[in-house]
Amino acid sequence: MKKTQSKSKFPVSKAEGKRLLHQMQLIRRFEEKSAEVYTETKIRGFLHLYVGEEAVAVGVMQALKEEDYILSTYREHGHALARGMDPGAIMAEMYGKVEGCAMGRGGSMHLFDKNIHFYGGNAIVGGHLPMAVGMALASKKQGKKNVTCCFFGEGAAAEGEFHESMNLAALWDAPVLFLCENNLYAMGTALEYTHSEQQLEKKGPTYGIETATVNGMDLLEVMKAAQKAVDYIRETGKPYFLVCYTYRFRAHSMFDAELYRDKAEVEEWKKQDPIPQFKKYLLKEQLITEKEIASLEEAVEKEVAAAVDFAENGTWEPIEDLCRFVYSENQEP
Amino acid sequence: MSKMKTITYREALKSAIREALQKDERVFLMGEDVGHYGGAFAVSKGLLKEFGPGRIMDVPLSESGFTGAGIGAALAGMRPIVEIMTVNFSLLAMDQIINNAATLLHMSGGQLNVPVVIRMGCGIGRQLAAQHSHSWEPFYAHVPGINVLAVGTHEDARGMLLTALESPDPVILFEYTSMLNLEAEIIEDAGAVDICKAKVRREGIDLSLITYGTGVYKSLEAAEVLSKDGMDIEVIDLRVLRPLDEETFLTSIAKTHKALVVEDAWKSVSISSEISARIMEKAFFELDLPVERLCGVEVPIPYPKHLEDASVPQVQDIVEKVRKILKP
Ligand SMILES: Cc1ncc(C[n+]2csc(CCOP(=O)(O)OP(=O)(O)O)c2C)c(N)n1
Repeated sequence: MKKTQSKSKFPVSKAEGKRLLHQMQLIRRFEEKSAEVYTETKIRGFLHLYVGEEAVAVGVMQALKEEDYILSTYREHGHALARGMDPGAIMAEMYGKVEGCAMGRGGSMHLFDKNIHFYGGNAIVGGHLPMAVGMALASKKQGKKNVTCCFFGEGAAAEGEFHESMNLAALWDAPVLFLCENNLYAMGTALEYTHSEQQLEKKGPTYGIETATVNGMDLLEVMKAAQKAVDYIRETGKPYFLVCYTYRFRAHSMFDAELYRDKAEVEEWKKQDPIPQFKKYLLKEQLITEKEIASLEEAVEKEVAAAVDFAENGTWEPIEDLCRFVYSENQEP
Repeated sequence: MSKMKTITYREALKSAIREALQKDERVFLMGEDVGHYGGAFAVSKGLLKEFGPGRIMDVPLSESGFTGAGIGAALAGMRPIVEIMTVNFSLLAMDQIINNAATLLHMSGGQLNVPVVIRMGCGIGRQLAAQHSHSWEPFYAHVPGINVLAVGTHEDARGMLLTALESPDPVILFEYTSMLNLEAEIIEDAGAVDICKAKVRREGIDLSLITYGTGVYKSLEAAEVLSKDGMDIEVIDLRVLRPLDEETFLTSIAKTHKALVVEDAWKSVSISSEISARIMEKAFFELDLPVERLCGVEVPIPYPKHLEDASVPQVQDIVEKVRKILKP
């Protein structure tokens, strides 16, 4: 694995440290709970969990501002939570209830919240990359200073849409952050079987795009790299390609028997679990106490339980409304 | 009577792929996750070990690229089976399928035929929401130059691929993922089946129920329910959506004088539109009543179960529709 070495850690205050740990812990427990309710058949369809990759979503989100746009994949619960989407609205969405962030129409793979500029939740690998370029292009045309951040996996980098989007963004100077979460497997197919050049970061410069890599298991490293990327984009108006080396600890989806990787490999990566790592750092720097960690974890449990309650108590959309949202109800453009 | 055996739809598909690989050195399987993962739906599980990576090729997420490569390999003498994980992703490969596979023979004045077989998982009913619940049978059936097969039964799951591989021209197989675990009896030595005729799956005299894909077992089930009410329904499995075998359903209508077409796909510009038009053109005077259709509701398929179920015809919907037609 390629590592970007750095001497100085990204500085965090006590309050910030706690907030960051809280976010990662919330994603972790939310995902574990989702798996649990999935086995109770409350959630159905595909469910792709983010466990292991929390530092990426949380780290990148710190560099983004309210007005920035975010697009993501079907493995997007972590991004949505880190962006501040209500956990109850996400859980209700996965239950298929009206109170969900997309009225239950989308489910786990299609979380949307326009208010926080969270534009999904796309289940076609690579499908959102061209749209990200277009949104950034619009910002540019409108003279806005916001950044469009597009999360995708390394598997998507084999699709034509990745290459077309990189070229277009560079050609048009579109302010996009191409955020590749390289977790080494596209479903069950390892990087070595899908990319002739496995150092994906080499692909950025061929399009003339500023590029960097970062250890995606280290929150502070991700924060630093993301801040640098976003600063660059805001300053120059040009795209940026950031490759985060990370790992998913759980199966690709709930249907995956994980025949393609060794248990030992997973265990090895778990040693780099971003959450205990960050806890250790906070403790060492005396930014948090064991007691505070315990109460933070307790608070997260309550939040997750409240999200489940919210979803449980949600309502089903009446069948008569089936054909809504095919065309706009409000005919104003 | 030949001896019967019980087999799942998945096992039927897999044994056909195995047999094809054993029989013909030119055959190879290429697709996302067909090897190390064991197939997105476990259809090719174990085949990598048995046949090696030369014949069971994991490919990157590049639908247009690898489908085009399959077409190229077919042009140059191989017999690739291209697996597109699901029909939803075939939209990315559509240019290759339609602009290359379907047209080369014609554009080259008959010089270049493309013996490629493309398998796609499809179907609605697993709560996968709008981007993963497409029914593109009508889309592909619209295109001259390709053969479009709907694998609606275990017999066809076992047999269609083998015949498809003998076709000189491109063949698309729609395989229904909701049926993978379903068990059924087929004859012990089941093998290749024809890929040119529709099939009467149940004989009856009161109404011709014309369908394909997941509609076949649903319609047979509905026909059983209706038989208890004294209604004798003929169920026709179209099987081949292009080129369409008209004879089978026209013959049936000459007997029943009533027709209902059932499919999951959206109603407008669908297979049922085509069937209905052909009946009107060729059997108008045989009809006692207008042709009826029961199709997918025209909405992107929503995630929640109750809305998904309401989006496509269920057994009960078929039963009610037939009752309305026959006993108004
Ligand atoms: C165009 C397309 N092809 C195939 C799939 C099926 N599929 C869903 S996720 C996935 C793997 C994607 O891997 P990657 O981009 O690395 O993201 P990760 O799941 O590892 O986060 C595949 C093959 C799909 N959803 N879309």
